[in-house]
Amino acid sequence: MDGFFTSLWLQEDISYHSANKRSSNEPGNGLGLRGKGGWAAQGKDMSSPNSSPSPPAGLSFSHPAPDTLCVQFGGVWKLGTRRPSFSEFEKALTPEVQRLVFNTDGLKDWDSMLVTFVLKIAQSCRARNVAVDQGGLPEGVRRLIALSLAVPRKKDAARKIDKRSFFFIVGENARAFVQAARDMLTFIGEVSVALTRLVRGQARFRSSDLGLFIMECGAEALPIVSLISLLVGLILAFVGAVQLAVFGAQIYVADLVGIAMVRVLGAVMAGIIMAGRTGSSFAAQLGTMQVNEEIDALQTLGISPIEFLVLPRMLALVFMMPLLGIYSDLMGILGGVIVAVGMLDINLIEYLHQTQNAVRLMDFWIGLFTAGVFGVLVSLAGCLRGMQCGRDSAAVGQATTSAVVTGIVAIIVATSLITIACNVVGLN
Amino acid sequence: MNAEAIIRVRNVTMAYGSFVVMRDLTFDIRHGDIFIIMGGSGCGKSTLLKILIGLKPPAAGEIFYHDTNFWQLDPEGRKGIMRGIGVTYQSGALWSAMTLAENVALPLETYTDLPANEIADLVSYKLSLVGLAGFESYYPSEISGGMRKRAGLARAIALDPEIVFFDEPSAGLDPISSRSLDELILQIRDSLDATVVMVTHELPSIFAIGNNSVFLDAETRTMIASGDPHTLLKESKDPNVQAFLTRGEKK
Repeated sequence: MDGFFTSLWLQEDISYHSANKRSSNEPGNGLGLRGKGGWAAQGKDMSSPNSSPSPPAGLSFSHPAPDTLCVQFGGVWKLGTRRPSFSEFEKALTPEVQRLVFNTDGLKDWDSMLVTFVLKIAQSCRARNVAVDQGGLPEGVRRLIALSLAVPRKKDAARKIDKRSFFFIVGENARAFVQAARDMLTFIGEVSVALTRLVRGQARFRSSDLGLFIMECGAEALPIVSLISLLVGLILAFVGAVQLAVFGAQIYVADLVGIAMVRVLGAVMAGIIMAGRTGSSFAAQLGTMQVNEEIDALQTLGISPIEFLVLPRMLALVFMMPLLGIYSDLMGILGGVIVAVGMLDINLIEYLHQTQNAVRLMDFWIGLFTAGVFGVLVSLAGCLRGMQCGRDSAAVGQATTSAVVTGIVAIIVATSLITIACNVVGLN
Repeated sequence: MNAEAIIRVRNVTMAYGSFVVMRDLTFDIRHGDIFIIMGGSGCGKSTLLKILIGLKPPAAGEIFYHDTNFWQLDPEGRKGIMRGIGVTYQSGALWSAMTLAENVALPLETYTDLPANEIADLVSYKLSLVGLAGFESYYPSEISGGMRKRAGLARAIALDPEIVFFDEPSAGLDPISSRSLDELILQIRDSLDATVVMVTHELPSIFAIGNNSVFLDAETRTMIASGDPHTLLKESKDPNVQAFLTRGEKK
C-alpha cells in the first residue's frame, strides 16, 4: 500500500524540524496513557486503560455525493477503548464508492488506535482503487501516517516458511549430529594440545584463576554435596533395611551403603551436582564472554582462549572431583549410620566394622577413577558449550542448558562403560 | 518557550552508599523539550536517568512529574507514572528470545485488553514509524545495531508515552545512522507531541536536536549550567562547559 498511500498523503509539506505542534483545539493529545491534567495526579494509576470511563469510539458513515463515502469518527479512540469492528467499514465501502473522505468533528480524543484504523481503511481503499482524501483528519494523524510511510515496507525482509520433507529433516539432523561430533573432537584436540603445552611449561594462564576455580569447584561445593550425599545414603539404607529386615539381615545395610557409595554412587552424585552447579557456571561464564567479545579480545592479543580460559577450569574440576567423590562417599556412609543406629538399633562400632570388611580398596580406587573421569567430562561439557555459545543472551541460556544435559548424559554413559569394563577385566 | 514544566527536579542528591555522585540538582523539563543531560564520562548522567525513570531512588531531593512527587509515591503509584514513559537503552535492550514484533507487543499485551489482531496492527504501525516495516519476524541478533536502537524506540513508544527517555542513543553508530536517528527522534517528538530526555555526550546530536539541557560536572559534583546548548556555547563563562561543548578547544 505504501506507494499509493504515500502519493495521496504526502502532498503536504511536513517539516519535522519545525516546532509545529498539534493545535490546542485539536481533539486529543494522541497519548493513550495520559490522564487529563497530569496522569499521575494524586498518585492514581492514570495509565490504566480502564481507570476512567470514556465515551466509546464511534464510527458512522454518510454519502455527501453518490460516489463519495464519508467516514465519521466520534468519541474517544484510544488504546483503552473498544474499537468498532472493521467489518462495519467494509460493509459501507460499496462498489459505487470512488472517493473517501473523513469527518472528525465528533472526535474527542485519539491515539495510535485511530491511526492504525485509518491505515487499515487506506489499505482496503487501495485494494479497491478508491481515492482517499486526508483533509478531514487531524493534523497529528496525518503526520503520523506520513512518518509511518516514510520508509517503504521492506518486502524481501519477510521470512519464507520452508516446507521441509521428512527426509530433509532427517538429513539435516544427521548432518548436524556429524558436525557436532566433529566440533567436539576438535575441541578435545585443542584441549589436548593445550595440556601438552602445559606439561612443557608453555601454556599461558593466570595461577590466581586456577586458585579461584579450585575454591569454586571444591570448598564452595561442599554444602550441597554434603546434603545430597547424606540424603542418598539415608534413602539407600532405609530402602535396603526394609528388604533386609525380612531375612533378619539388617547388618548388611552397611555393606549395601558402603559398597554402593564408595564404588559408584558417591562419584555419580558428586558428578551430577557438579554438572548442574559448576558445568553450567563454566558455560554461562564463557558464553557471556563470547557475547561481550572478551574471547575475541584474547585471540587478537595472540592468547589462546583454550589455554587462558578452559585449562584452569578443567584442571580445577579434575583435581577437585576425586576429592568431592571421597567426601560424598563419607557423607553417604554417614547417612547409612544415621538409619542403622537410629532405626535398626545397630551399634555404631559394629556398623563401621561391617563397612570396613565390606568395602575393598579396589572399590575405592574404582570410585576415585570414576570421579576423575567425571571431572574431565563435566568440565569439557561446560567449557565446550560455553565456547560454542552464540552472541546474544538467549544463546547463553541455551549453552548453559546444553552443558548440564551433556554433562549428565556423559556421566551416565561413562558409568555404564566403566561398570562393563570392570566386569570384563574381572574387577568385581 | 514557556511550556509547562512536565518534570521538576528539586535539590536532588545522587549517591552510591556514602559516596555522593552529584548534589543539589535543580532544573525543569518542559513539555515538548528535547532535553539533554550532558557532562563528561563518569559524572552521573546515567545515574540521573535511572532516578528519573524510577530504577534508583535519589539520596535526597524531590522529583515531580507534573505535580506529583514521584519518589513519595508507593511502588504501585510509581508504576502508574512509569507506564506513561518510554525508555530506550544504549544497546536497545531488546529481549533476545523474542522477535521484534513480540518485543513491541509485550507492553501492549501487558497494559491493554486489545485483541490480538489490533495488537498486530499496532505493532506493524510502530515498527513502520521507526522505519522497520517488514522486520516483524526478525530476532534482535539478526539486525544491525542501528536497527536494534530503532526497534528499541518502537517498543518505547508502543503505549504512546508522554515522555521518551534515551540513554546514549548515538553510541556506537556511524555519523549517518546517528544523524538519521536524531531526525527520527525529532519526528517522534513532533508527531507524538512528546517530550524527549536524552543522556548523551555526542556534540553533533546535542546541537542538532537539543533545545534545553543540564550540564553535570564531575569535578564539583553538581550541575554547573543549564539551558539551550547553543546559548551555553555562546554565553557560558564556565571553562568546563566551554571545553566540553568545543571538544576541548577552549578552556
